[in-house]
Amino acid sequence: MTLAEMQFVVPELRIASAEIFVLAMACLTLLVDAFVKDKKRTVTYVLTQLALVGAAVATFATSSEQVSYTFSNMFVGDLMGDLLKYLVYISVIVGLFYSRAYILDRPEMAKGEFYVLSLFATLGMMVMISASHFLTVYIGIEMLSLSLYAMVALDRNSIASTEAGMKYFVLGALASGFLLYGMSMLYGATGTLEIPMLSERLFRGEGDFIVSFGLVFVIAGIAFKLGVVPFHMWIPDVYHGAPTAVTLFIASAPKLAAFAVVIRVLVNGLIFVSKDWQMMLIILSVLSMAVGNFAAIAQTNIKRMLAYSAISHMGFMLIGMSTGVFQGDPRFIVDAYSSSMFYVVTYVLASLGAFGTILLLSRAGFESDEISDFAGLNKRNSWYAAIMMMMMFSMAGIPFFVGFFAKFSVLQAAVASDQMWFAIAAIFFSLVGAYYYLRVVKVMYFDPPASTVPITATADVKLLLSVNGLAVALIGIFPNALMVLCATSLSRSITIF
Amino acid sequence: MSGLPILSLAIWVPVLAGFVVLLAGSDQNSPLARKLALLGALAGLLVTLPLYTGFDTTTPAMQFGELHPWIRRFGMNYHLGVDGISMLFVILNSFITVIVVLAGWKVIQSKVAQYNACFLIMSGLLNGIFVALDGMLFYVFFEASLIPLYLIIGVWGGPRRVYAAFKFFLFTLAGSLLLLLSLIYLYLHSNGSFSILEWHQLPLPLETQKWIFLAFLAAFAVKVPMWPVHTWLPDAHVEAPTGGSIVLAAIALKLGAYGFVRFSLPIAPDAAHAFSGLIIILSLIAVVYIGFVALAQEDMKKLVAYSSIAHMGFVTLGFFLFSSLGVEGALVQMISHGFVAGAMFYCIGVMYDRVHSRLIKDYGGVVNTMPKFAAFFMLFAMANAGLPATSGFVGEFMVIMASVKFNLCVAFLAASTMILGAAYTLWMYKRVVFGAVANHHVAELTDITAREFLVLALLALGALGIGLYPQPITEVMHSSVDELLRHISVSKIQ
Repeated sequence: MTLAEMQFVVPELRIASAEIFVLAMACLTLLVDAFVKDKKRTVTYVLTQLALVGAAVATFATSSEQVSYTFSNMFVGDLMGDLLKYLVYISVIVGLFYSRAYILDRPEMAKGEFYVLSLFATLGMMVMISASHFLTVYIGIEMLSLSLYAMVALDRNSIASTEAGMKYFVLGALASGFLLYGMSMLYGATGTLEIPMLSERLFRGEGDFIVSFGLVFVIAGIAFKLGVVPFHMWIPDVYHGAPTAVTLFIASAPKLAAFAVVIRVLVNGLIFVSKDWQMMLIILSVLSMAVGNFAAIAQTNIKRMLAYSAISHMGFMLIGMSTGVFQGDPRFIVDAYSSSMFYVVTYVLASLGAFGTILLLSRAGFESDEISDFAGLNKRNSWYAAIMMMMMFSMAGIPFFVGFFAKFSVLQAAVASDQMWFAIAAIFFSLVGAYYYLRVVKVMYFDPPASTVPITATADVKLLLSVNGLAVALIGIFPNALMVLCATSLSRSITIF
Repeated sequence: MSGLPILSLAIWVPVLAGFVVLLAGSDQNSPLARKLALLGALAGLLVTLPLYTGFDTTTPAMQFGELHPWIRRFGMNYHLGVDGISMLFVILNSFITVIVVLAGWKVIQSKVAQYNACFLIMSGLLNGIFVALDGMLFYVFFEASLIPLYLIIGVWGGPRRVYAAFKFFLFTLAGSLLLLLSLIYLYLHSNGSFSILEWHQLPLPLETQKWIFLAFLAAFAVKVPMWPVHTWLPDAHVEAPTGGSIVLAAIALKLGAYGFVRFSLPIAPDAAHAFSGLIIILSLIAVVYIGFVALAQEDMKKLVAYSSIAHMGFVTLGFFLFSSLGVEGALVQMISHGFVAGAMFYCIGVMYDRVHSRLIKDYGGVVNTMPKFAAFFMLFAMANAGLPATSGFVGEFMVIMASVKFNLCVAFLAASTMILGAAYTLWMYKRVVFGAVANHHVAELTDITAREFLVLALLALGALGIGLYPQPITEVMHSSVDELLRHISVSKIQ
């Protein structure tokens, strides 16, 4: 190799400018926070929010309809990535608004770390969303996960919280190992870690049974991050043990990033072995719907209940992912995968609202995380009760709330690919699921109030929560725009080879 | 015809009124909430009246149509329209909403605004079910209407309200989820259309039709309710507040039967013929067996609930005889049952408000203390038993006539309702109203107030009016029913 060939090429940084901005802001926030004397950490909080808004501006400024690669094809910028990033910013911003009062009430958590870790986790999600190389996927996942491990254990005086952090870390590390192992096998079989290149090589028929081996491990790793059965063990404990503000964080934006990874790795990389992974996803999906919905019935803690509900929702989401290619015919790809995308987006919306309401009811020294803490909420404040009710009905898939159309679109994907039994299983489990969502409504509306403490909220939280609630209803009545957005952005971003 | 979107108004005026009532908020403003609710209900009724006056009885086509794109991605439209079958239910529903608001005027003292808002919103949603011509629009209204009724039973209901509310919700949801799947199936096999009218013309092989018919049956049989999936109804009726029972009996039960006419029969006519035996048997079980069950009830509300199931058995029987007399009889029966069952539940509510018991044995000799009430109750009891000159007679008689033509055995069993209905209703009436004053509760009863008189008089007008002169109602239905029968007599198998 001559010297001339070893020229150092500066990669195209423009595409990654949002990531670079968030990284810089995270470091800046960390530095500034070291000198902040204010117990409320207002400066840190404002800087974090500004970083997210700035990231949104950067994403908008660099957005393009074309799929463009940078960093030696390790990083991709496209419409789906942009859309998911906007949604990540929104959910993190909204989540931070919801968490503000909760955190201020708890001195253990009211430190700069929460905000800085949120930013690093956001950066991790952005990298996951834009990954077009297995190592980028891995780096993104690790950056997100390491931040989350620390956030879960942030309340270090709480045994539940530290235990949850430990469990999450041990199981998460195992899953990362799986993922890495699977990636190494795929590399061994095809000689590439670049996702588009992998697809091309698989199309040409390269690779052998080792691809299937690698696939199993990759799926196991991804399934862990999504939290689907049988890789779901961490979800209930982490959701339950983590401080509610962190649970809100885990239950919202990371689902979007995990969905992006599914699309990048399985669709853009491994579509030519879809026959293998579709079957695996179907099994994961049915198991998740079954375990999630039945286990949720037995819960008395609402965070734990929502954890199992999250498992079942990821199962529903996988219905769309596992019905794209039908007998080798890729006609339904966009329909099916965009239904999954719509599902994730609407789930995140409802999840934000539900955890936002839990945060709203929590006060200093009181967690409000038992279902019975919601008793008689309608008597105490009918508007918040109505918002929580909308979230529950949306998750149960009852019209006019957006969850219904999410359920409809994945069901139609299943029926379109001629898997009627799959759809019937799904509606059976959603019927089971309706029971425990209805129970929350029952507690709020039919039972006498458990507490007479007035519910206080700052104006911004009131407003955001109301907007959140109305969004679930309004997108439920007019879902067309969001559906079309998901479908077009996805169709532009599927690069099979 | 005026340019106003009357059907949209019929849906959204009550819904909007409901939200306005909600704004009246806390219980200090209850009088305001009640007045607003009544105003909203009256406005809701007023906007539906042009449907009758402007209706063209000569055509079976959909009238007052509205068509706007709704969810383009899945070809769903905001498509509304009424024919002779659905139009009457819109008016009946809007009328019942007024009754319900009046019925809850004094009785409901807690969360008044929410109570009235639930009924108004539900009224709009129910109208939506009857006028939707887009499969998904129908489904969305069909399922969304569960939410207000769930809350009504659960919040303002009796001691076992939680059990009843859950049972009601989950039973109905179980059926309607299968309906959802068959709607998706039809969508995918009709080149991406959700139009019910296009589905009517869609040729389907028999096997497919059978599956679709059974999925529809699951949804509609629960709603009707048909034996053996009727068990949620007595629970829901007993626990629901009076207003909830009235809407449940008068309108909600009609949704299932309406579903048969709008979906099952025209979309899967061959399957309907193939399964007609099954439906007829189930209907007869409802008429005869449930009639006996009603006879044994000690709780008045339960008794009327079971009698509703028996009456609805008549409706499904009428549909599946495939004759114009049967179908029209069934439709008349549906309208009549709306007035009569609503009135029966209201009468029980009037007594319950005073004595706080629904058990027959806690009453006796009510006529001595409430003579005016007893007279009204008598009229409705007679109508419930199907006495000639009341509305209950017209529908039942037409269906029995149709079944005589169909099969004498069926007719014999169907006609037994004349005896059973009279037995359980009049026996209850005798035990409650006649005889000596049974206890001090009855002795302390006061006769109906002017407001209660008004409600009962309005319902009585309906029950007697249809009984004496059913022409205005049957006239509206004629061409739509004829067209329906012509349509289902042609096979869709290709």
